[in-house]
Amino acid sequence: MTGTLFEKVWDRNLVRPEQSDSPAILHIGLHLVHEVTSPQAFQVLKERGLKVRRPDLTLATLDHSVPTLRAGADGRLPYVTAQAEKQVETLRANAREAGIELLDLGDERRGIVHLVGPELGRTQPGLTIVCGDSHTSTHGAFGALAFGIGTTEVGHVLATQCLFQSKPKTMRVFFDGPVTPGVTAKDMALAVIAKLGMEGGTGYVLEYQGEAVRALSMEGRMTLCNLSIEAGARAGMVAPDETTFDYLRGRPGVPDDFDAAVADWHALRSDDDATFDAEIVIDAGAITPMVTFGVSPDEAGGIGGSVPAPANDSQAAGLRYMGVTAGQNLSSMKVDRVFVGSCTNGRIEDLRAAAAILRGRKVADGVTALIVPGSEGVKRQAEAEGLHEVFLAAGAEWREPGCSMCIAMNGDKGAPGEVVVSTSNRNFRGRQGEGVRTVLASPATAAASAVAGFVADPRDYVGAAA
Amino acid sequence: MTFEPFRTLTSRTLVLPEENIDTDQIIPARFLTTTDKNGLGEAAFHDWRYGPDGVLDEGHILNSTDTGSHQVLVAGDNFGCGSSREHAPWALLAYGLRAVISTSIADIFRSNSLKNGLLPVVVSPEVHKDLLEQPGREVTIDLDAEELRFGNHVVPFSTEPFARRCLLEGNDPLGVLLNAMPEIEAFEEGRAA
Repeated sequence: MTGTLFEKVWDRNLVRPEQSDSPAILHIGLHLVHEVTSPQAFQVLKERGLKVRRPDLTLATLDHSVPTLRAGADGRLPYVTAQAEKQVETLRANAREAGIELLDLGDERRGIVHLVGPELGRTQPGLTIVCGDSHTSTHGAFGALAFGIGTTEVGHVLATQCLFQSKPKTMRVFFDGPVTPGVTAKDMALAVIAKLGMEGGTGYVLEYQGEAVRALSMEGRMTLCNLSIEAGARAGMVAPDETTFDYLRGRPGVPDDFDAAVADWHALRSDDDATFDAEIVIDAGAITPMVTFGVSPDEAGGIGGSVPAPANDSQAAGLRYMGVTAGQNLSSMKVDRVFVGSCTNGRIEDLRAAAAILRGRKVADGVTALIVPGSEGVKRQAEAEGLHEVFLAAGAEWREPGCSMCIAMNGDKGAPGEVVVSTSNRNFRGRQGEGVRTVLASPATAAASAVAGFVADPRDYVGAAA
Repeated sequence: MTFEPFRTLTSRTLVLPEENIDTDQIIPARFLTTTDKNGLGEAAFHDWRYGPDGVLDEGHILNSTDTGSHQVLVAGDNFGCGSSREHAPWALLAYGLRAVISTSIADIFRSNSLKNGLLPVVVSPEVHKDLLEQPGREVTIDLDAEELRFGNHVVPFSTEPFARRCLLEGNDPLGVLLNAMPEIEAFEEGRAA
């Protein structure tokens, strides 16, 4: 039997196929939980007298609401509101009661939910992974089927370890040829979203293929899969290979018989004659560093280009919000703030890319730069490599791990009207603070923009500062 | 019953023609630190309804419209894109809406809405244009017949049979899933073997 990677993972986890009056029942191999989308789900279980069925397949962390500033002199963490602190305490109580492992503040393994699964080796090829968070698509980088769910479904998984699911369609996203130097996974992802549009992937699971994808590290593949949701897709996947196995080998959560697991995982690839419901081809060599100019992630273009004419009233309103006009060079946008971090670009490779540009340089006058590692593990690694000293010497801030300015619900945010070059995933109106204008970019582009004071091409900053 | 069943609704439309209205517009993230579902109606479209100074913009359509008689939102293409926050349909329901009509509705938002009694209705660009151009018109959404009716129009729409049954009964599917527990346990035992 031939099939796509998606179909193989789907079949492995199928409890009951789709019936005329009911969607399929899918078993969930790993349920990731965080403080924002879980409290009402635990509440429903309590009201119905249900227990968390498989705490062993559930892992909780704190990331969205936690401060990235250290505790003050009084020893208290500077939560943005008492409500945010209560939310954190609620997850603590729920996890304790249910016997769910929680990566709490102070735990050296804590981090953004989509960083900790891979770091601990809990994210594995062939697994179904869900979380009450749309960027769960990140884990597809390992050949897992991973997607975001709402709080009602969080409750379903807590109570049954299963979900009703309609089978999605498949789309092959083929990158033809290699990318040119200075082009990163973030640029590849923005190129996909710009091509598909914000809803072009709705109803599909994307599988990324081609030489440029194979050449990516696991960090890069996670960035690529992370952004699948921004094209409307439920999930994105990359077939596992030696890069995947090398990343996982030796991590605490992997199967005891790792070699046997690898032998099994080798089967997780789309067969050569597998058919997809749709297919797009992207000329990898034509991709240049990408930035967004509007208020949705598909409004993105190569940094050497200009703002296109709006196609309709909605786009025109978006350009007005951003303070840009059609025909304006993308690299002429003046920058107030830079954010490097998030589940999209908060991994060690991202921090290395930012540091490579900031080393020996200074953040421009009037620009604030915030560097937030995605996890405690990333923070330790970055500090072991001295990257934090590079950031501090450049005049940037170095914070504690968390979602921070990506979602701006912990108090880390921009001021109204500011332009923020951000390595995160959404440039929606107000996403990074009321009235804030977000420009999505790679860590290298964000760092170059911090130095230049306007949106800048990172390829002009390669090598040591003069 | 876990939410108010959706059977037939006759109400006026509230029109927001903007495309790609994302969940950060529907409910800004700073309102997500709640641990229950109370008070989310105030947060619905908060930054559209209130100025930067926190003062209610009384002229905004979302503030000047009587929500009791306008329970059907007609929105621009790709409504509900963005995050998985179920707070989005919770907020819209608390604000007073019972259905959303658009040419396309984002995947996770749609799934969340169906589980709370907020009916997503996808229509053709022609029907959509008609509805966008006449805000406040009375429409009837008949879920049992899967028909949207307004003026002389009778427009069929489709909802997955299982989701439709849940909506008509006012049930979230957890009970059905719990009934499948023997199959789930057999699956897990088969895998462990």
